[in-house]
Amino acid sequence: MQKVSQQQLIDKAVSLLADGTVSCVLGWTKGEFDYDITPALFTDEASLRQGFVWNDFCGANFSKYLVAKTRKCEGKILVFLKPCDTYSFNQLLTEHRFDREKVYAVGIPCEGMADIDKVKAICGDGISSIDCNGEKMAVQTIYEDAPVQVDASSVLAERCINCKSKKHVAYDELMGDEGDVIDSARFDEVAKLEAMTPDERFTFWQNELSRCIRCNACRDACPACTCEVCVFNNPKSGVENKSPANSFEEKMFHIIRAFHVAGRCTDCGECSRVCPQNIPLHLLNRKFIKDMNECYGEYQAGAEVGSRAPLVNYTTDDLEPGEVFNGRDSDA
Amino acid sequence: MQRIGVFVCWCGSNIAGTVDVKAVAEALKAEPGVVFSTDYQYMCSQAGQDMIKESVREHKLTGIVICSCSPRMHEATFRKTAAAAGLNPYMVEIANIREQCSWVHKEMPIGTEKAIILGKAAVAKVNLNTPLTPGESPVTKRALVIGGGIAGIQTALDIADAGFPVDIVEKKPTIGGKMAQLDKTFPTLDCAACILTPKMVDVAQHEKIRIFSYSEVSEVKGFVGNFDVTIKKHARYVKEDVCTGCGACVEKCPMKKVPNEFNLGMDNRPAIYIPFAQAVPKVATIDPNACNMLKNGKCGLCARVCTAGAIDYKQQDEYIQEKYGAIVVATGFNPISMDKFDEFAYNQSKDVITSLEFERLTNAAGPTAGKLLRPSDGKHPHTIVFVQCVGSRCDSCAQKGKEYCSKICCMYTAKHAMLTRDKYPDTEVYVFYIDVRTPGKSFDEFYRRAVEEYDVHYIKGMVGKVTPQGDKLKVQASDLLSNKQLHIDADLVVLAAAIEPDKSARPLATMLTASMDTNDFFTEAHPKLRPVESPTAGVFLSGTCQGPKDIPETVSQAGAAASKVIGLLAKDKLKGNPCVAHSNEQMCNGCSSCERVCPYGAITYEDKEFRMPDRTTAIRRVAAVNPAVCQGCGACTVACPSGAMDLRGFMNEQIMAEVDAICK
Amino acid sequence: MQVKEFKPLIVAFCCNWCSYAGADLAGNNRLNYPAEVKIIRVPCSCRVNPMFILRAFQRGADGVILCGCHPGDCHYTSGNYYTRRRMAMLFSMLDFLGIERERTRVEWVSAAEGAKFSAVMTDFAATVKALGENKRLEDLRCKK
Repeated sequence: MQKVSQQQLIDKAVSLLADGTVSCVLGWTKGEFDYDITPALFTDEASLRQGFVWNDFCGANFSKYLVAKTRKCEGKILVFLKPCDTYSFNQLLTEHRFDREKVYAVGIPCEGMADIDKVKAICGDGISSIDCNGEKMAVQTIYEDAPVQVDASSVLAERCINCKSKKHVAYDELMGDEGDVIDSARFDEVAKLEAMTPDERFTFWQNELSRCIRCNACRDACPACTCEVCVFNNPKSGVENKSPANSFEEKMFHIIRAFHVAGRCTDCGECSRVCPQNIPLHLLNRKFIKDMNECYGEYQAGAEVGSRAPLVNYTTDDLEPGEVFNGRDSDA
Repeated sequence: MQRIGVFVCWCGSNIAGTVDVKAVAEALKAEPGVVFSTDYQYMCSQAGQDMIKESVREHKLTGIVICSCSPRMHEATFRKTAAAAGLNPYMVEIANIREQCSWVHKEMPIGTEKAIILGKAAVAKVNLNTPLTPGESPVTKRALVIGGGIAGIQTALDIADAGFPVDIVEKKPTIGGKMAQLDKTFPTLDCAACILTPKMVDVAQHEKIRIFSYSEVSEVKGFVGNFDVTIKKHARYVKEDVCTGCGACVEKCPMKKVPNEFNLGMDNRPAIYIPFAQAVPKVATIDPNACNMLKNGKCGLCARVCTAGAIDYKQQDEYIQEKYGAIVVATGFNPISMDKFDEFAYNQSKDVITSLEFERLTNAAGPTAGKLLRPSDGKHPHTIVFVQCVGSRCDSCAQKGKEYCSKICCMYTAKHAMLTRDKYPDTEVYVFYIDVRTPGKSFDEFYRRAVEEYDVHYIKGMVGKVTPQGDKLKVQASDLLSNKQLHIDADLVVLAAAIEPDKSARPLATMLTASMDTNDFFTEAHPKLRPVESPTAGVFLSGTCQGPKDIPETVSQAGAAASKVIGLLAKDKLKGNPCVAHSNEQMCNGCSSCERVCPYGAITYEDKEFRMPDRTTAIRRVAAVNPAVCQGCGACTVACPSGAMDLRGFMNEQIMAEVDAICK
Repeated sequence: MQVKEFKPLIVAFCCNWCSYAGADLAGNNRLNYPAEVKIIRVPCSCRVNPMFILRAFQRGADGVILCGCHPGDCHYTSGNYYTRRRMAMLFSMLDFLGIERERTRVEWVSAAEGAKFSAVMTDFAATVKALGENKRLEDLRCKK
């Protein structure tokens, strides 16, 4: 259950619309299923009261939508930002991707989002409705008479288990506390892979990446991937490929994508959330973040607007490319 | 589709000895776009070049591949040949089959095979080449010199004498810099003021020179030939064009307890002051931190005594915009702070002084009117200890001082020691040194005179500790040559403090996008071949802002910088390198990644209206590269996530085509 | 049946100002190195996009080496510092994916270091040769 209720958010949105602070509201709405939440733009009270949703499945990071929406909307857009979203929000501001003046950002606390696959693992398929308002999540399936009660903490998404920060780094108004940066174990999985032999790593990634169907969902959801024209869609880039013709191109796509967002990725985890093949793509980004932290000092993209990312920076005594492996030669 | 001609050079037997040139020419005939392929003994000869020109006409070639020696050797030659044949010179690519092939691979089949592959890569690239034209930009025929010390003065005079207008920006109320504070100069012992002040007057009277004193550069935009500079002129509360420099205000000012920075705080000056008698401009300045009128509105005496009516308590800082074609940095140096050198008791005793303070003590215009007197009690010192290398040549781990040699200290210490002994033969003078470095014309002779003629006690070793005791300074030192500990009761200790670049240099470097080393000295474009130019085009270096220097070296570098500036300003237009970055606006995100890695500040952003795919229009921020500033390194092309940024002459597609051709 | 000797395919990106000149000097001094090394000239090592390196592997290169001016000596003052960071990160990522780290290398070779150029290329070619064919990162389409 989330600390701030859906009703509170609707009331907030309605009042900001009513007093003219904003002209539209970027929010979540129910998709095909209760757990299948999609973004929506609301412009009046009626549609808000009817369609606006806020629950444990509202994982979508809205920062990216601001790039396109601020260009279209007259007046300000209201956006609700979870702590992790605020980092993406700041990162996009650093990159001048939207006009801050056109956004009214309300920070909302987040208790972590649920992973529907974990819910399904407990309750099975055929979920007809989920009620997240009680102490426990009540999951109704078409096969059972009574809803199954699920402990929200047992179905927490991986990225929320390893949540890096509950701090809001950007907002115009805050509902609840500002929150703190927290210690997380988010690099543990990367470290585990690093400790493997190259052959084991290769096998691991071959298994994972070969499942890629190049649906581009990771790219489309990623708040760092806001390029006007993606290099993979650009015939002149030399790497254009809209679908992989072979195993190399799967790897190439993911390496280049990870490299392009390196230093700009806030580790929001949207790539893994939206991947229909459940490829742990966030591990690639985390690997870059971990390496950059270790080699060039701690850096959190989006922690402040205007900061200089490690890959567009240098010192004269940086380590040599061959030296990044020093101290991790257990697998050499 | 291109029509490419391939020309394989034998280079006598240099290439033909280990590469089957006929086979190479034959193999490349089959490459896409190639319509003509041949070989010749010496392509670079007149006959070879004529053959290329002839072939361009005969086969209507649009591109040329020369398989020959390194492009570093003859690229320019063949580009000229292409231009003479009516082709764009940038439609030429060279496959280096001599240095990279025939000279390093001894077996004919191997050499031939590799030469063919290198040729294919060049053909693949030329297929994607586009004609390039160097951009032209006009040159504003005016120079800016930042800093009005001897370096800035000399540079400005030399440029102005060549007929170009020059502005000097000096942050102090007067030009003259450090040299104005010196007494005599080594090794000739002529007085600094006697040789400097006439030059200052020359500057003031030169019709091509304007002086902005008490001013700073606050903003620099633009690029070589076209800098837009904002100069902030601090309010001096005196109308510069009205003040006659009579000094009546200075005399009458009741607030006389302000430490005099010109004498390094060893005496006081009034709140309204003229730094020294020969100041240029000779105009009074009110120190707003000391003036009672400015602080609390009580006084106004200077306004009453000023018959010219020059005092203006309401004066504001003024901002001046000017365009320049070239900028010379001459920001100079300062002695480092002695705060970290407690062992020498600088902060505990007034009689421990720096060498620059010693200069003022011996200067006829100084606080003691040139009599060498101790700052503490005004008595004659009878034993003086000079300590060299204070803060110079320090261990980097020591966390204090500088690693470099300050270069001037050995010589001025010899000068101080010699002058002291000359004027006051009853004074014992000790100099403690690590080495005495005298590489300069008449320098070693000068030092030897100090030792041999003037009996200065030169002792190899460092001073470990100075302890004030009564009216003496107990100096504890080691004599490394006789391996003895020495204890000297000194009356005066003079520290040869290391010199460091002026603090204003770092922010200025940022404004100019000029690079600096870790010590904040400006970096030269090439340490040997371009020592007075900054890597940033149009920015030149004069004097100690580039590294420690004595006066003759500073003056010669100042002249060299001036001649470079004159060379630039003499041009009406600048021709650029066409192989520069350019941004595809349709693809640019405006994210600033490219701007951050550009060492030249060549990238700016503008808001432009675009038609979006859904037929609406939107204003987007996009990057624009200034081709006159871009040097074509390509750092931006990789920083750009969307691939909007590309480098002409080395486009992504071209390099990929080379990769493909090699890996095929 | 005769086994054909494996000859690695090596792409070397060399910056125009230092390393390409170093290669020229190796030539001038007739310092031999394996012919498998094919040089591509770039203005600065910082011009090399990771995409070029991946493309080379995709098209069948067995090793890719990047040469630039020594840190501090970049013709463009800072280009090789960016190269150093970018390649450190890229190489670490390739290693993370299980691709042999010895297949990629960055070396600083000045215009005066013809001997170093030759030695580096000889050593790199031998290293790659020992690794054998690049199987983990290749484009299956491009093989016969």
